[in-house]
Amino acid sequence: MPELTDRTWLWFATAFYLAGFVLGTIALLRSRRQSLALTYTIVAVGFVIQTFGLYQRGLSVKGCPLGNTFEIFQFTAWSAIALYLVIGVTFRLSLLGYFTSLLSAVLTCVSLAIPAWDATRRVGIFGGNPWIEFHAALALFSYGVFALLALTSIMYLLQVFSLKQHRLHGLFAFLPPIRDLDHINLRLLAAGVVILTASLAVGSVYWLEDIDKVNLTKIVTTVAVWAAYAAVLTLRLKNLLLSKRLAWTCIVLFAAALLSLKPVNSSRPPLPSAPPAAVILK
Amino acid sequence: MSASSATLFLIGASHHTAPLELRERLALTPDKLDAFHTTLGTLNGLREVAVLNTCNRVEFYGVAESPDALARLQDAFCTFQGLSPDAFAAICRQSHGRAAIEHLLAVACGIDSQMLGETEILGQVKDAYAEAQTRRTAGPVLNRVFQKTFQYAKHVRTHTAINEGQISVANVAVDLALKIFGDLSTTRILLLGAGDIGEKTAKAFQSRGAASLTVASRTLGRAMELATTLGATALPWEHVAAQLSDYAIVVGSTSAPETVVTAEHVVAAMKKRRADPLFFIDLALPRDIDAAVAKLDNVFLYNLDDLAKIADENRAARAAQVGRARAIVDAKAETIWKQIESQAGGTMVMPVRVF
Repeated sequence: MPELTDRTWLWFATAFYLAGFVLGTIALLRSRRQSLALTYTIVAVGFVIQTFGLYQRGLSVKGCPLGNTFEIFQFTAWSAIALYLVIGVTFRLSLLGYFTSLLSAVLTCVSLAIPAWDATRRVGIFGGNPWIEFHAALALFSYGVFALLALTSIMYLLQVFSLKQHRLHGLFAFLPPIRDLDHINLRLLAAGVVILTASLAVGSVYWLEDIDKVNLTKIVTTVAVWAAYAAVLTLRLKNLLLSKRLAWTCIVLFAAALLSLKPVNSSRPPLPSAPPAAVILK
Repeated sequence: MSASSATLFLIGASHHTAPLELRERLALTPDKLDAFHTTLGTLNGLREVAVLNTCNRVEFYGVAESPDALARLQDAFCTFQGLSPDAFAAICRQSHGRAAIEHLLAVACGIDSQMLGETEILGQVKDAYAEAQTRRTAGPVLNRVFQKTFQYAKHVRTHTAINEGQISVANVAVDLALKIFGDLSTTRILLLGAGDIGEKTAKAFQSRGAASLTVASRTLGRAMELATTLGATALPWEHVAAQLSDYAIVVGSTSAPETVVTAEHVVAAMKKRRADPLFFIDLALPRDIDAAVAKLDNVFLYNLDDLAKIADENRAARAAQVGRARAIVDAKAETIWKQIESQAGGTMVMPVRVF
């Protein structure tokens, strides 16, 4: 068997996500419903390969691979796919698989295509503390949930546009019902807020022990993202933020959350950097 | 024709060949069908037979030992229905062998139907075959022909879009409701007025599992009458605006000269419905629902023209699939015919005489 690095495995995973997107596009162009089983299988295979690639990376860095922008993008895509694999079956949303494939293909492709993002990685960011590592993993997992929420919000807006403008063919013919999308959005929003809250709760314990250890920019940005999503959830539960406004808010908020990763990542105190040790499977 | 040879045949008439008045005379009621099956059992030279009897066609598929047996079948049917043989001959379609199989496949796929691509016909073909089996008039040839037909009809429907999109206004409305609500088992429907098209649409919703149906009409007696017919409940007209928020789907089909549901009514209803969408189907002329409600968030409005346009588009889309469906039917008919010929060991022949 040829020697494969963790990045090679991640390229293979990207290829599967791209395949899911390409096959979905072909099905849509032919006005055929994309097979849920086929989409699910392709994405699941990509997910297994990506998990293996991230595992290899984790072995080389001796921890959760969240040490640079490349790893953060990979982990976010992995989280979104993991959630799709649960939600896609529960709600039978083949088109969600299409959109998730696209999102993950873009995130993984961009992260792999920009070598600078993986040229160095910060070592020892978790100080050898598994709870801080858990806090970081949970936080990024919640971003995966919010990514999926942004996708289902896009689907919701497309369906509303379709029904309002009486455009029912092509891609629009395969969108899930409005009410189902609204239910999914609420559940994803709630799940994302719960996970991010848990992440911040875990992180705050260690922050209180050593307040100077965490940069203020990181705290402010992270708490702002959490507060924004918590506010949106509260408004939704009180029926004050509904329908299209809710969908647009979720999309804009995810874009803002994604952009906030940059200041959060760069605001960390200087730590020794090192090139990621490429792990080879023998 | 040798003693052991036979021919697979189709004899019958459909909407393609017979006008409605004649089809009415040709149609076999359940009692008449039962009686005619007894007649069929007495005909010499008829080895196998199945009767496809729908509102648009009466067709006999079978295996005859000779052209005379077919002539006897034709005469028996004309006598039974009180038709002159000449009148029947003028509208009768006859096919043999492979062509008969091709026709049955086209019928089962819905490409020979008046409502192109309709799915009900496949069930009717299955019923015809089941009846022939029960009466033991289906033999080895019809068994193979019908069973393969069911298999290939499914193949055609899967590999073409011949039955995609609804082509009746009522079913288009139901499909749109499914796009909004997904499942109708929890949706309540309010029917305004007692118009014919509104009633048909309400029935379409009921057939797709709508949770409940309420009828409101300016005359409560009329509403109660229709509600009884539909198994629904009646709502006094003056309560419509106040109770609008209780319904997910509102079908307007009154003959009122003015708007029945205003934007103000809907704004008030949506304050109570919150996140739940409201779907208006306006089938009335002049319209019952204020067109301005379409601009409201989470409110969807389709009028008669909108639904008719969608039905027309779907019909055109189905028509565009006919060529593909015909090509599959042609190839599959050839396959079945070769199997029949092989099974019969060369005894299945084309008739030596044109009927």
